Amino acid sequence: MNTAELHTLTGAFAVDALPQDEQHRFEAHLTECTACAAEVAELRAAAARLGLAVAETPPPALRDRVLRRIGEVRQESPPSGNSQRADERRPGRAAKWRTYALAACLAVAAALGGTAVWQHQQADEAREQTQQARRQTTQLAELLASPDARTISGGALPGGGSATAVVSQDRDRAALLASGMAEAPDGKVYQLWFADGGTMRPAGFAEPGTGAALLDGRVDGASGMGITVEPDGGSPQPTSDPVLLLEFPA
Amino acid sequence: MREPVRIEGGATGAPSLEELLARVAQGDQSAFASVYDTVAGPVLGLVRSVLRDPAQSEEVAQEVLVEVWRLAAHFDPARGGATSWVMTLAHRRAVDRVRSAQAASDRDARAAQLDRTPAYDEVVEQVEARLEREQVRRCLGSLTELQRQSVTLAYYRGLTYREVAELLTQPLGTVKTRLRDGLIRLRDCLGVSA
Repeated sequence: MNTAELHTLTGAFAVDALPQDEQHRFEAHLTECTACAAEVAELRAAAARLGLAVAETPPPALRDRVLRRIGEVRQESPPSGNSQRADERRPGRAAKWRTYALAACLAVAAALGGTAVWQHQQADEAREQTQQARRQTTQLAELLASPDARTISGGALPGGGSATAVVSQDRDRAALLASGMAEAPDGKVYQLWFADGGTMRPAGFAEPGTGAALLDGRVDGASGMGITVEPDGGSPQPTSDPVLLLEFPA
Repeated sequence: MREPVRIEGGATGAPSLEELLARVAQGDQSAFASVYDTVAGPVLGLVRSVLRDPAQSEEVAQEVLVEVWRLAAHFDPARGGATSWVMTLAHRRAVDRVRSAQAASDRDARAAQLDRTPAYDEVVEQVEARLEREQVRRCLGSLTELQRQSVTLAYYRGLTYREVAELLTQPLGTVKTRLRDGLIRLRDCLGVSA
């Protein structure tokens, strides 16, 4: 698509009518085209009026829920510099940078892990385990560094922790990054699942605390991922309601 | 750039939504309550227009309003007004929900999804019944038929321009252009300046 054609997309972009791939291309264009950015701002303001025109009276319970909830939600700090876009939820530049930063951290972790492996290589069993851990780390780093990796954040975990999923359709893999996940109840484990529409597919386990887990198996078109609390050893199907569900972007 | 879009109800001298958001960004919960009272109705109405399902709409509206709290520091008045910022968040979140639900239920059968989209006349009827603002109704009426159809289906129903084109059996390029010139005409009629 040439530049002149890109300019005509301001309208479709302003009302979120671009498919994801075209939306990303247009967002990249917006950073270079001041006139387009100004037009998008105006068209969004016009579209907002369409939204105001269908206002309705919200139920009082919604107010109570929202005001209670904000007491538990940490606010983001202002973006540094003025190059960041107002709408931070888009899986755009900011999300990609976070992904690259994560990948860089993992690369360092993998290198340090390698030294540790060297010192213990007499023990075959230990070696097998660490090799497996390194394969996992490598796969995780590949996933996080994948150009099409998308992060889905905002999952609240039991015990006040939070979780972010990373998915790459190109690599067909997904991972869970968790921080501050509470210990599972006695005799229970956290089991990971791929969600395929209404059904859940086992995808390994997650440890409490802070860490990253590569989901077992391929994404294979899954629409999201979930975590349930299961009896030690896991279950073929979830036996409890998920403690977390994250939807993958379309 | 100033925000000319004001939601009625604030007494003269009451802080603007921009000022309130600046206070919210500092963690002021009572300022957030005022923001809530100003935008919750429009947010819920817009989300329900896109999602239709009342329970799901309330859930998404709640997410959007909490997002306003969480991201208040990201609001930049130089890039547009506060109302526009909130409504953009709300529209995006509603559209994300529709598209992820479609992706989950059937990744490939976009045609099936279009079958579930009500005919254009039905959309207009539903929406017009809820249009409370005479000026918006009048300005929508100043658009050409195709401009109005394109803008309404994309905004109130959350369709992509490809889906709009399919539904109206129009070329893709035409729908892209109509979305842009339709919104421009709407902007000029409403006297919106971003």
